Amino acid sequence: MSTATQVPAALEMPRDTYLNAGYGVKSWFLTKDHKRIAILYLVSITMFFLFGGLMAVLIRLELLTPAPDLFQSDTYNKLFTMHGITMVFFFLVPSIPATLGNFVLPMMIGARDLAFPKVNLASWYIFMIGACFTFSAYISGGVDTGWTFYTPLSTSYLNTHVVAAALGIMIAGFASIFTGLNFIVTTHRMRAPGMTWFRLPLFVWSMYAVSLVQVLATPVLAITLILVALERGFHIGIFNPQLGGDPVLFQHMFWFYSHPAVYIMILPGFGVISEVIPCFSRKRIFGYSAVAFSSVAIGVFGFLVWAHHMFAAGISTYSALVFSLLSFIIAIPSAIKVFNWTATMYKGSIHFNTPMLYALAFIGLFTIGGLTGLFLACLGIDMHVTATYFVVAHFHYVMVGGMLVAYLAGLHFWWPKMTGRMYPEPPAQLSALITFIGFNITFFPQFVLGYMGMPRRYHTYPPEFQVLNVLSTAGASVLAVGLLLPMFYLLWSLKYGEIAGNNPYRATGLEWQTESPPPMHNFHETPIVTQEAYDYESMNEEEVVIG
Amino acid sequence: MLPQYFPLFPESASTLSPRVDALFFFIFGVTIFFTVLVALLICVFAVKYRKDKHPVPVQIHGSIPLEIFWTLVPLGIAMVIFAWGAVLFFQEKHPPKSSMDIYGVGKQWMWKFQHPGGQREINNLHVPVGRPVRMTLISQDVIHDFFVPAFRAQMDVIPGRYTYTWFEATKPGVYHLFCNQYCGTKHSGMVGEVTAMSPDDYEAWLRGAGAFGSLATHGQNVFASMGCPTCHTGADNARGPNLYNIYGRMERMSDNRLVHVDESYIRESILNPSAKIVYGFQNIMPTFQGQLNEDEMIELIEYIKSLTYNGQLLQLQTNTQQEPPVNLDKIQKGVDVMQPGTNTTPMPRTSAVPVTQEAQEPSTAEPAPRQVVVPGKQKAPAKPSTTARPKGEQHP
Ligand code: HEC
Ligand SMILES: [Cu+2]
Ligand SMILES: [Cu+2]
Repeated sequence: MSTATQVPAALEMPRDTYLNAGYGVKSWFLTKDHKRIAILYLVSITMFFLFGGLMAVLIRLELLTPAPDLFQSDTYNKLFTMHGITMVFFFLVPSIPATLGNFVLPMMIGARDLAFPKVNLASWYIFMIGACFTFSAYISGGVDTGWTFYTPLSTSYLNTHVVAAALGIMIAGFASIFTGLNFIVTTHRMRAPGMTWFRLPLFVWSMYAVSLVQVLATPVLAITLILVALERGFHIGIFNPQLGGDPVLFQHMFWFYSHPAVYIMILPGFGVISEVIPCFSRKRIFGYSAVAFSSVAIGVFGFLVWAHHMFAAGISTYSALVFSLLSFIIAIPSAIKVFNWTATMYKGSIHFNTPMLYALAFIGLFTIGGLTGLFLACLGIDMHVTATYFVVAHFHYVMVGGMLVAYLAGLHFWWPKMTGRMYPEPPAQLSALITFIGFNITFFPQFVLGYMGMPRRYHTYPPEFQVLNVLSTAGASVLAVGLLLPMFYLLWSLKYGEIAGNNPYRATGLEWQTESPPPMHNFHETPIVTQEAYDYESMNEEEVVIG
Repeated sequence: MLPQYFPLFPESASTLSPRVDALFFFIFGVTIFFTVLVALLICVFAVKYRKDKHPVPVQIHGSIPLEIFWTLVPLGIAMVIFAWGAVLFFQEKHPPKSSMDIYGVGKQWMWKFQHPGGQREINNLHVPVGRPVRMTLISQDVIHDFFVPAFRAQMDVIPGRYTYTWFEATKPGVYHLFCNQYCGTKHSGMVGEVTAMSPDDYEAWLRGAGAFGSLATHGQNVFASMGCPTCHTGADNARGPNLYNIYGRMERMSDNRLVHVDESYIRESILNPSAKIVYGFQNIMPTFQGQLNEDEMIELIEYIKSLTYNGQLLQLQTNTQQEPPVNLDKIQKGVDVMQPGTNTTPMPRTSAVPVTQEAQEPSTAEPAPRQVVVPGKQKAPAKPSTTARPKGEQHP
């Protein structure tokens, strides 16, 4: 089925790889190798993902019936808060950049490592310290602010460990800044000879755009959370009107980070899809520069739409108009991408390997996620659906249907590069299918619930919403199977998977020219680039020769 | 399945609902069109160009005309949706001039509503069908959100500032009221009901709801007890501006800016007087921050709104027992002061008290000042209960 079967059978693992370059604890925890750091990140965010997922399961179980059955309201509030914080700040934001990006970005541009290997290691430690703070807040009683920390609720009306949780997020934010900085400098300074900007794989373009956003937006989040801590700890009136503050100011500051953060979460996914689709269509990407520039456009416009989260928060009619207009405009680059990916398949030669299945699922789900954003950008409709389950469904379509699916596409795609072994194709294809189906059953009903008016973050709800909630919970259990399966077969493949060889999919891209797993410094000799990215023409010719 | 148990669409019970739904279905159509288009293309390509069928791909770089095409077409559609949504938003934001006012105060975790006639209710809001209602909302603690899905009306309820929304119910019935902004422990318990009633039923409800004097009369007492009349005497040489007729007009500030006098402005004038100084006056008004709760503030505002008598000086001085300004007892008696002939100056907005022929009779006669001091007596129902729930006048 996969092209992997076409390569000669007697493949052997390379002798010196980054994995056997050292074995002790120190060799991992003090490593400066971007690949090992990527693995550290991979393991940590997988843990966080499992934790966040567990919270999601508990939430869905509670919502099976309108009445409170499993938890008290406070507990329920903590569950969705911990689900949100963990998934957003400790999974989605670092997911693709810190794992896949960390692993393949230097190789893609032909570099030996990132520009600042120590900073890279430091970023992981900072990330983990942040996680310790936040998780200590979870353990010592939980947090119930919602991941949005809206004031004055978070600053003056809750007695949970808000400051610890907020500090943890703030600290983890610096990890994201460090990673972004590292990527920017690396992309500027460390490209192999011949690797011009327009020969860069689109994954690098999207990482570059994401890094810019991370570096520019994250400090605002840090400031915001510090102000929350100040008001909470020292009663300095910033957000609470009773202390002379302005509660809506918080929302402006929070969304000034958190809207761009939406793009921090989705842009890397775009990058992965732009790699996967050409590879399994055996074809160069359609409209390279359109896809590249749309990433940059999204990064830039992403800074100008934050107040679309606040149409119902009493902002002035005219500023609402401007923010609505800009929100419609930012939808266009995403649409351009979808059309270009689809067009890439036209007259291709399509292989249905798992990464491709995930990529196709991504296009479908992201299209729905993006288009439902039109309802929310539209002022007249948003005044009805804002803060309902419609919003919940919309951003899960983008964040899970989009980003998580893209992450899985990328993880499967580069798994042979990272481990030297193939994942087993049949169960992987099956789990992609299960994920797609389970996802839709889980989140589609939530659109309907939202338009009917079911508010988000409701522990109990009126009985007429029950049928759809049961459906959603049922879907969640299917989704859970689809998401857990990869953990098993991927672990299994570490030992029993087929040996992959350097380039199992015959993909273009420098990362595929080196061994799998790559040696300590990625390349035995610095590659020289003479061709554009996605030159599948010559790749296919070679293939014919081999075959 | 019975739609009753498995509804897929919210009830449509306000004049705005069909307009919101129409736009919703338009965007829904656009969504379906593009989703099906993309899905179809993917499926067709996936089948037609699968590797067994189409082993040799054709390399295509891209196409500028196509890129332009699929940039401009979605942009055009997006702009249509934007414009349509913006028009709708203006309608949602601007209540008709004929709206009646109801005040809502949110607090963890309940809703308090006050009708200008003085009727108060908790977690339940009675409104007439066929008459636009403007809600003036404020929170006592955290941010809440007033959301009535059947009316497609929603607005955040924020501490320290007024927000507004409006609706005009079209169908009698009982509808959900949700708090739609996470507000702590019992967020999902901060729900209530909006009962839309025919105008007759509503009027009967108002009478039975046990109000002890209108908000304006309460406001008059607050006004006097806070010492406002020392400056706002209404005289030309007074230290503070005459508050008659200010509501709804454009007021000139000392920096020559024109400011629209609405609830938010009056609130700010009282809590933060130095923010905007009225033209020709000194910045001497003390702040009343911390001295008034939200209910008293609403009463004060209703009082100031009721000061629409033309040409007669406000003679309050510091005497609480003074005769009330002209409109107060009319409002209290349920006379619509907007009725031609009852007042020379039209008031921009009326109270929640409906027009009744019977009530108009006595009020055109002499006002009875004493009634203000013993409020709620003249047409109080049998039960002097303050709870706002009359029996046996609900709706099918
Ligand atoms: C010490 C005198 C003084 C007292 C007491 C006082 N005010 Fe004022 N008030 C002023 C002055 C002077 C202005 C105009 C300057 C300004 O805008 O601050 C004013 C302005 C206002 C305005 C804006 C009027 C306009 O024409 O736009 C309102 C409303 C108002 N006051 C209400 C009140 C209320 C209600 C109270 C009692 C709770 C009160 N004031 C007590 C002096 C006073
Ligand atoms: Cu946003
Ligand atoms: Cu609430």
